[in-house]
Amino acid sequence: MSNLVDVENLWVRFPTRTGVFDAVRGISFSLGKERLGIVGESGSGKSMTGRALLRLIRRPGIVEADRMEILGQDIMAMPEKAMRQLRGRDISMVMQDPKYSLNPVMRVGEQIVEALSIHEKVDRKLARQKALDMLEAVVIRDPERVFAAYPHELSGGMGQRVMIAMMLIANPKILIADEPTSALDVSVQIQVLEIMDKLVRERGMGLIFISHDLRLVSNFCDRILIMYGGRIVEICESGKLEEAKHPYTRGLLNSMPQLTIKKDRLETLDRDPAWRDQESVSGIL
Amino acid sequence: MKKALELIDLNVWFGEGADRVDAVKSVSFSVRQGDSFGLVGESGSGKSTVLRAVTGLVPYWNGTILVDQKELGAKRDKHFYKTVQMVFQDPYASLHPRHTVDRVLSETLQLHGFKDIDSKIPKLLDDVGLGASFRFRYPHQLSGGQRQRVAIARALAPEPKILLLDEPTSALDVSVQAEILNLLSELRAEHNLTYVMVSHDLAVVGHMCDNVAVMQHGELVEMMTVDKMRNQQADHPYSRHLLESSARYRA
Repeated sequence: MSNLVDVENLWVRFPTRTGVFDAVRGISFSLGKERLGIVGESGSGKSMTGRALLRLIRRPGIVEADRMEILGQDIMAMPEKAMRQLRGRDISMVMQDPKYSLNPVMRVGEQIVEALSIHEKVDRKLARQKALDMLEAVVIRDPERVFAAYPHELSGGMGQRVMIAMMLIANPKILIADEPTSALDVSVQIQVLEIMDKLVRERGMGLIFISHDLRLVSNFCDRILIMYGGRIVEICESGKLEEAKHPYTRGLLNSMPQLTIKKDRLETLDRDPAWRDQESVSGIL
Repeated sequence: MKKALELIDLNVWFGEGADRVDAVKSVSFSVRQGDSFGLVGESGSGKSTVLRAVTGLVPYWNGTILVDQKELGAKRDKHFYKTVQMVFQDPYASLHPRHTVDRVLSETLQLHGFKDIDSKIPKLLDDVGLGASFRFRYPHQLSGGQRQRVAIARALAPEPKILLLDEPTSALDVSVQAEILNLLSELRAEHNLTYVMVSHDLAVVGHMCDNVAVMQHGELVEMMTVDKMRNQQADHPYSRHLLESSARYRA
């Protein structure tokens, strides 16, 4: 079976006044029908990797890769028009904060319908019904009301569920979730993630889950890429997180306070400059 | 032991008439000197509003707030801000983008009538683990963790006894969060500070605090010790729900 995503030697560069900054430095990975986590601190290049996959990095940013394919289609050479077709239909992305990713002056329902009608010829009535069904699928109790609501009338958790509904309505094969719940409360976070997880599994989609929270990601992913300084430093099976060897991965795990364990001091990361220069680990299946 | 902070029947509301929203409804608790007290609950539960009411940042409130066993009036005086200081959630928003670290700290020191400002600033920076080389930097030249350290230094400048911490690490990476939490623990021991900390992360509160109050819909629904929380022994259904979601999240 072929992979959903194949990336070989991806670089993301930004020219600055003081020289070129390399945000992603030659990483390779693939995504099968699985849930793949990408974890790292701010500045590790994890979000840039996600954006590069949707070709959302604009000039002056530079994206280079030996190979970058989505469902077997080379997206490096793809014209912008074809790329717009691909987004939403084949691959979608849920961003961090629903406050900034929903259109504030358009009713929620229309936004969901729009996401569908761009890719499919559907009559308004059917589109509306599909949007309502989708809202129900993301466990919104009163879909009719939410359909007619404006984004500011929704809570953060509801907004993010609306985003998920919008991203999944055109039935993409791949979903990228970039810190989908870090703007939400803990009690709502888990609920939203469980809804997303259920839909992704039922539809047999591939998921790329980007986050700085290693333990959270391990709950919802099969395989985890750990990024540092634009490279992949280690790849873990989510069940075998405790066996992680790289000091950076261990540091991320241990620096988190845990409710059940009492510690006087939390472990902190001693970042070794040598980590930056290590070869990137290949995440190709 | 002496009570550093006590709230009796605190009410806070916004708006009038039909638009009135009661954000905090008759909340009472007390924090002993040198203790660390946690307030948890979801967004909108009123936990941050309690801190803002104490510092005088909300227009409408009633009830009694006592600091060092003295009741606060409608307005906060200079003496209050010398005793109580606050650290805000987002260090990207709470530092003036066009003021250097030096200016941020010296302004606070000046307001509180310190004379030897020039020698105090390196000491403050040193306290929060930043070297003197950070003194003339602007916020955009600092990382999120470094900014929060500056915000903490600013709060420490008047040599307060009570620090109000409003989600001090939720805008930071987990690895940086560990550094800031360690710093806060050290500072509390060193300066014998009292903390009131608001957070939605039970693990953070569990790590930092001795006692915890759970808030929901503006009401304080349960108080418990951290040991009780660690053993998942909450009585109120809402606190149990919070603990359960937190346990699932960290599994």
